[in-house]
Amino acid sequence: MAAVRLPKTVLPLFDGLAPLQQADGATVAEALVALDARHAGLLDRLCEPGPRLRRHIRVFVDQTPAELATPVGSDSRIDVITAITGG
Amino acid sequence: MRVMLLVGTRKGLFILDSDPDRERWSIRGPLCESWPIYHAIADVEAGTIWAAASSEWHGTVVWRSADLGETWEQSGEGLTYGEGGPPLTKVSSLTSAGGRLFAGADFPGVFESADGGRTWSLFSTLDDQAAREKWLEPDASPPGRLGVIATMPHPAAPEHLYVNVQGFGLFHSTDDGASWAPRNDGMRADWPLEDPAWGYCVHKVVFSPVDAERMYTQTHVGVYRSRDAGATWTEITEGLPSDFGFPAVAHPHDRDTFYVLPVDPGHGRTMHDGQLAVWRTRDAGEHWQRLTDGLPGPHAHLGVLREGLAADALDAPGIYFGTSTGQVFGSTDDGASWRQIADYLPGIASVEAVVWPG
Repeated sequence: MAAVRLPKTVLPLFDGLAPLQQADGATVAEALVALDARHAGLLDRLCEPGPRLRRHIRVFVDQTPAELATPVGSDSRIDVITAITGG
Repeated sequence: MRVMLLVGTRKGLFILDSDPDRERWSIRGPLCESWPIYHAIADVEAGTIWAAASSEWHGTVVWRSADLGETWEQSGEGLTYGEGGPPLTKVSSLTSAGGRLFAGADFPGVFESADGGRTWSLFSTLDDQAAREKWLEPDASPPGRLGVIATMPHPAAPEHLYVNVQGFGLFHSTDDGASWAPRNDGMRADWPLEDPAWGYCVHKVVFSPVDAERMYTQTHVGVYRSRDAGATWTEITEGLPSDFGFPAVAHPHDRDTFYVLPVDPGHGRTMHDGQLAVWRTRDAGEHWQRLTDGLPGPHAHLGVLREGLAADALDAPGIYFGTSTGQVFGSTDDGASWRQIADYLPGIASVEAVVWPG
């Protein structure tokens, strides 16, 4: 089960959503889908239809830039980051 | 009774509260996690406030509060054109009327919620309109990419719907959105038109609350009046300092009284000569009065956006507007004098006035 660290901007959108989650899945996408099953709508806040990552969302698996299709291991860490944007 | 202003800004929603004398206002905010708010509305019968928000990080949602803004939930469920469809970049307009809740979005489309904003479904993308092929071109929309900037049921015939598509004009349906027809007859364009029926830049359109056949618009090139629910438009720009502006509001009790805030039509799009001025007609556009008492100048170089001007419906109505530089001004004497009621807010996109009973 991978560890998923979520960006703090997404936490207030869902009741009881903690920044560090555990999620099953063989890929980043599967792990995010597993989180969405617990917090309905979370996937839409990170991904556009497809799904594909939103333009300003970045993902790292074990500190390496990743995509939704990137494999994850049972002891992987997935960091979901809000890219630098705005003003 | 409680008077509330919903002020949507680049950095969240703010709520200004007052009693009916409207002398003293308190401010709450930023609400909605400081997401950029494009438009916020309330429905007194539903007891709900909604705020359309779009985040660079997390996409588009509509926030809602059923306790006058104390607590909030959000949902973007159903706000999508689906895989392979055009992107939905934002919801830019909200409408609650006749028990129905609509969201206007970019790319241009209208969504409806049957459960108070918890979920949404696509209502119409005006597929029968020739203009649609054009507005789906990535570079065809004006700056800001607002898409459908208003969805308006006719006050006396709710199955008659009006949709305002940014940069393309008004479209009208008599069959609850099954089919549409352009509704821009009499408007001007200072640019070549592919079809004289559409291609007009209608910044803001309003119904008179006391005469459902009377409408007014502020467009990119002119202010117009209609006496036949938009079937034909008559230009009433003469007497205004320019034909360009964004917001407009109709007087809640007098069909002939209407307010606009013209700005420099060039790059600035700020007040003429740096003097903040509201312009009012009391005879349906035959004559205009420049209203500046209590408003700053000659170095008030600011603008007011299309949803930035509103009125409450009290017997002596309040007229309010919010500026690009974060001030809110109000008048309770039909615009004869103005008072600043908030300052230092983020840039303001929308102002709506609500009177809550009790």
